[in-house]
Amino acid sequence: MKYLKFLLVGVFFGIVLVKSEAVSWYRIYEMFRFQSFHMYGIIGTAVASGILFLQISKKGYIKSIKGADIFVPKKDNGLIRYIVGGTIFGFGWALVGACPGPMYILLGTGVYSILIVIGAAILGTFLYGILKDKLPH
Amino acid sequence: MDYILNPWPWYVSGPLIALVMALLLYFGKTFGMSSNLRTFCAIGGAGKFSNFFKFNWKNQSWNLIVVLGAIIGGFIATQFLSNDSISDLNPDTVTELQNMGFENAGATLVPNEMYNIEAITSTGGLLLLIIGGLLVGFGTRYAGGCTSGHAITGLSSLQKPSLIAVIGFFIGGLIMTNFILPLIF
Repeated sequence: MKYLKFLLVGVFFGIVLVKSEAVSWYRIYEMFRFQSFHMYGIIGTAVASGILFLQISKKGYIKSIKGADIFVPKKDNGLIRYIVGGTIFGFGWALVGACPGPMYILLGTGVYSILIVIGAAILGTFLYGILKDKLPH
Repeated sequence: MDYILNPWPWYVSGPLIALVMALLLYFGKTFGMSSNLRTFCAIGGAGKFSNFFKFNWKNQSWNLIVVLGAIIGGFIATQFLSNDSISDLNPDTVTELQNMGFENAGATLVPNEMYNIEAITSTGGLLLLIIGGLLVGFGTRYAGGCTSGHAITGLSSLQKPSLIAVIGFFIGGLIMTNFILPLIF
């Protein structure tokens, strides 16, 4: 039963991303062509709401389910890994039109060929793990 | 009912995505979908090849349950919470895509020209999806996160590394969409 809440959050996430069309290849294309405000509006209001939530929780008004402070892990400092890794990710995102959340959601919507993308993404992560120590971070 | 069945506007969708992040943080976890790719590697025995995959993946099973839920959510949204409305894309986008060979832009979530059985059984089409997937999987782990981890969680918590990563996402996306896609199609 302790997993039920995560299942429900996942279901909610899947529904929101389909209904917002953030899982649409065309919306991603449109975004990178600057032909619509839609995706910028989604990301913008998501981040604005997120900032609001984290600022309120920082003031101590919101605690976690266990009563602890809301905790967001800090990303390591660095430059190369973020700019190069980010750019590589961007290439893939714009090509297949899906990032690691939407991939699974698209599977649920009946796009079974996305399994090829998921398989390749797992392989890509594996390749990173193999090459990690040789890459600049 | 139409409010539910039609596509949702951005000003509803954005805050709801932030709610997903807030709920996961409330449950003592984080919003990061790409971590699951690493978990799948670990489950598949990748720890034999790299220490990067030597971790107790069972601690990540909550995130796999989120994935399972997301798949179910995608199913529910398309089966029960949608009508036949076509995505309200910019008409310029539709014309442009038509000139590139993409018919009926916005009628489906992904283009048939890339994802239908005909496309994926052609060598070029199959390669396209494999290369795209490899780039996503490699890039996201190199950058230490994807759209959920960096763009939503990282920016919401005002972290500089995430801002740099998101700038990278856009550099790559802009180059792909504006310069490489027109060469492919």
